[in-house]
Amino acid sequence: MTDIIIHCAVALLLPPLLLGVIGKTKAAFAGRVGAPYLQPYYDLIKLFQKGSVFSETTTWVFRAGPVVTLAATLFAALLVPLGRHGAPVSFSGDMILFAYLFGLSRFFTTIAALDTGSSFEGMGAAREVTFSCLAEPTLFFALITLARMSKSLTLSTILTSVTPAIWLAAGASMLLLVGALFIILLAENCRIPFDDPNTHLELTMIHEVMVLDHSGPAFGMILYGAALKLFVLGAVFVNVALPVATGNTFADWAIFIIAMLGLAVTIGVVESVMARLRLVRVPQLLVGATILSAFAMILVLR
Amino acid sequence: MTIVLEPTGYLLAAATLLALSGVPGLLLRRPVFGQRIAAFCVVAASLLGEAAVAALLGGTPGATYQIDWPLPFGPALFSVDHLSAIFLFPLFIVTGCASVYAVAYWPAREQPTAGKLTMFQGLFAAAMVAVVLSRHGVLFLMAWEVMALSAYFLLTTEHRSAEVQRVGGVYLIATHTGTMALFAMFSLLRGTLGTFAFPGSHSLSQAVPFATIIIAAALIGFGGKAGLMPLHFWLPGAHANAPSHVSAMMSGLMLKMGVYGILRTLSFFDVLPAWLGWLMIVLGAWSAVNGIALAMGQRDLKRLLAYSSIENIGIIFIGIGLALVGIQTHSPTLVVCGFSGAFIHIVNHGLFKSLLFMGSGALIHGTGTREIDRMGGLARRMPITSLLFLVGSLAICGLPPLNGFVGELFLYVGAITDGIASPLPLAALVAPVLALVGGLAVITFVKLYGTIFLGAPRSAAASHSHEAKGLMTAPMVLLAVGCLVAGMVPPLLARLVAPVVVFYGGLDREAVARVIGQVPLVPLTGAAILLVILGAALGAFYLLRLRRLPCTRGTTWGCGYLEPTARMQYTGTSFSEMAVNLLGALAAPRRVRPAIADESFPPTVRFHYAVTETVLDRVLTPLFRWTGLAFSYIRILQHGRLHIYVLYIFATLCVLMAWTH
Repeated sequence: MTDIIIHCAVALLLPPLLLGVIGKTKAAFAGRVGAPYLQPYYDLIKLFQKGSVFSETTTWVFRAGPVVTLAATLFAALLVPLGRHGAPVSFSGDMILFAYLFGLSRFFTTIAALDTGSSFEGMGAAREVTFSCLAEPTLFFALITLARMSKSLTLSTILTSVTPAIWLAAGASMLLLVGALFIILLAENCRIPFDDPNTHLELTMIHEVMVLDHSGPAFGMILYGAALKLFVLGAVFVNVALPVATGNTFADWAIFIIAMLGLAVTIGVVESVMARLRLVRVPQLLVGATILSAFAMILVLR
Repeated sequence: MTIVLEPTGYLLAAATLLALSGVPGLLLRRPVFGQRIAAFCVVAASLLGEAAVAALLGGTPGATYQIDWPLPFGPALFSVDHLSAIFLFPLFIVTGCASVYAVAYWPAREQPTAGKLTMFQGLFAAAMVAVVLSRHGVLFLMAWEVMALSAYFLLTTEHRSAEVQRVGGVYLIATHTGTMALFAMFSLLRGTLGTFAFPGSHSLSQAVPFATIIIAAALIGFGGKAGLMPLHFWLPGAHANAPSHVSAMMSGLMLKMGVYGILRTLSFFDVLPAWLGWLMIVLGAWSAVNGIALAMGQRDLKRLLAYSSIENIGIIFIGIGLALVGIQTHSPTLVVCGFSGAFIHIVNHGLFKSLLFMGSGALIHGTGTREIDRMGGLARRMPITSLLFLVGSLAICGLPPLNGFVGELFLYVGAITDGIASPLPLAALVAPVLALVGGLAVITFVKLYGTIFLGAPRSAAASHSHEAKGLMTAPMVLLAVGCLVAGMVPPLLARLVAPVVVFYGGLDREAVARVIGQVPLVPLTGAAILLVILGAALGAFYLLRLRRLPCTRGTTWGCGYLEPTARMQYTGTSFSEMAVNLLGALAAPRRVRPAIADESFPPTVRFHYAVTETVLDRVLTPLFRWTGLAFSYIRILQHGRLHIYVLYIFATLCVLMAWTH
């Protein structure tokens, strides 16, 4: 019971902090002071109190987009185990539902973007669906590999049964998996080198351009949903990459939170030292990640 | 007194009613009345048929009817079993819906072809029922031909259009090439068994001569009808040019007859060759990936849906292939998950593809075009169609909580469980392929839905569109509710197919129930409810905030540009262009880029971009042209002089007589 409460509290409250940490890291690299760590929370509170502007071309689809997207992402947050504890909702086969919930949220984000009739948002939506489509097989290769190691179809079991012993036994495979998962994490969350979350008015961007017309509470939900998605996929990554379990509930939660913040710092470092890839290079990197994860699967077959 | 429902008899009665439903329309002086009678008859037949299917799946066995006809092939046999039932279940739903839809979509008051169309529609449905009921080779082929030919007359309803004539011709050639393979197959069976009656399940040994040829002929003949790659080339044109409710029946039902044929043929053998399951997985994966890749690039609404049917047939074949591999490797999980996934997808695809084709009919009625790049903004003018189309699109992408997800879930669970357990988990590779297909389907249907219904109207036709009539939306509502209920409560689908899997998979009831128990169906119901609750709570929160806070309306933010026009929107073609180019090898996009003259006032030039049909345009058409040229000298024999033709017949008879003595 305690775990469920902590799970919900962490999953609901922590995500915006990740954005704050990424921002602070990038500021540190640029030699700036940067916005406070809690800035994303202030932004969210502000957005939920702002009025909205709706384009005349939009319909109910535009309003439903952020709602369905956030609902699906929240559901995914209930399926993923955090801090070496089983998730509140878990059943055999939930890994497939987990992957498809992102498909559902993507469908609604992109049709909401198309509802504005703007070609900018059309471009963003086209890129989003294309790149995610290439990222999807990678996720499944990774899940099959992990499922084979843990002999389970339950996301909680799959992710919590990764132990240091498995790392020692199948280190090469795990390393490939971690690499592939990190690429997927960056691509799905539209971070550098796939997309630059700071640019708002370029022809090359993906996620930010899809949400150009959203305002007020809807934009707040989108911002929160994006942070939550980063958190959820980040949690999958941390579970695989850092399989430390102490046995003490609170120590595990503390380790998890520190690991998530460390991940945010890592993303901030990647964003500071890398440039965004040219758009035509993005699919190559994604297909590369698929092949990495396919190798990981082959390596565990022995 | 209790009335015992005997399924076969009821189904034969339903088939007769279907076949005769259009006849009053041809005889009556008032065609409008005839069409209503036909719709009434078809709905009644559908209810009768569904009752029989329910009784059969509930455990009432179907009797075998024997008809001693004067033909020299032995008595004709009709019977029904669980395998037939799972194909009849969507058949009656979709047929009933399509006949009601037709009353408003192809009204006899305005369309002089309505009488003919209604007649062939009934005949088409009846022939499909007869196909799944017949247990005799020649009878089967007769029903098969009636089905194929009535489909031809249905799709050439608008026979004055050159395009329709062309695709009709291609269809006729393709279907008869397939039938030729079936003739070979049934002749070989007759040669082996000594009778045209179907052998019992698993009664043929693999050692019989020509077993491989029989299976190969079934794959060619039935696979062509199912639209399996590379025999799919007739399908997109045929489905695109038929009236929409006919497209719904062809895509939702007739393709499945090919699947039925293969399953029925395979059931004759006790042991199947080891390579067959893998061949089916490979063909299915090819059809799924290539079908959706081609669908993605289409600009014609119905061609896009037709290509997506190829994708779905591919998914069904992946399921069957997994099950066959499971039989080889003695893996009950793979057998049950593969067959359940395939059967569930057969039902689901019947529902959502018919819904989408009927929706496309409503769009064609409303806008007068099939070109999606000329539509746009229709969600405002056609709110009901728009909502129903959204349900269909989500379902066909296999997204939760709709029914498309359930079938794919079975395949995923089967593939990944095999990936965990087997030493060489090749079947697990199906999961990433399905994931890729799902991702491509999302691109395709976001493009389709977004371009048609969202944004601003791209043409005058789109801005003056109108909502479909009640009789058109009512069947669509029924299908959409079916998709939603089956998706929210997946155990219903499992209960539907479990007896069929027990019957066909060769496993006992407990084993099937145990494997189905591994698939998270009940948790999925809970998950669907939780998802709806989360969505509703967030939606309520959002609406409350919107009511509290000021709202203003403006133009779409154009990054500083103040005069956006509808023509500046992203079109469907531009939306899918990036993905189509990535899959260039599969989708084969062809651009005709004109040279722009290097002068001060260059003349108008045209740019042409289309995704081509590789098999038809680059292989078959040139092949047929060369064959035509090569054989042109034989045309000397065909000169139109009747008496010489009679001489040919006489000469042939003489040669045959000399040969037999």
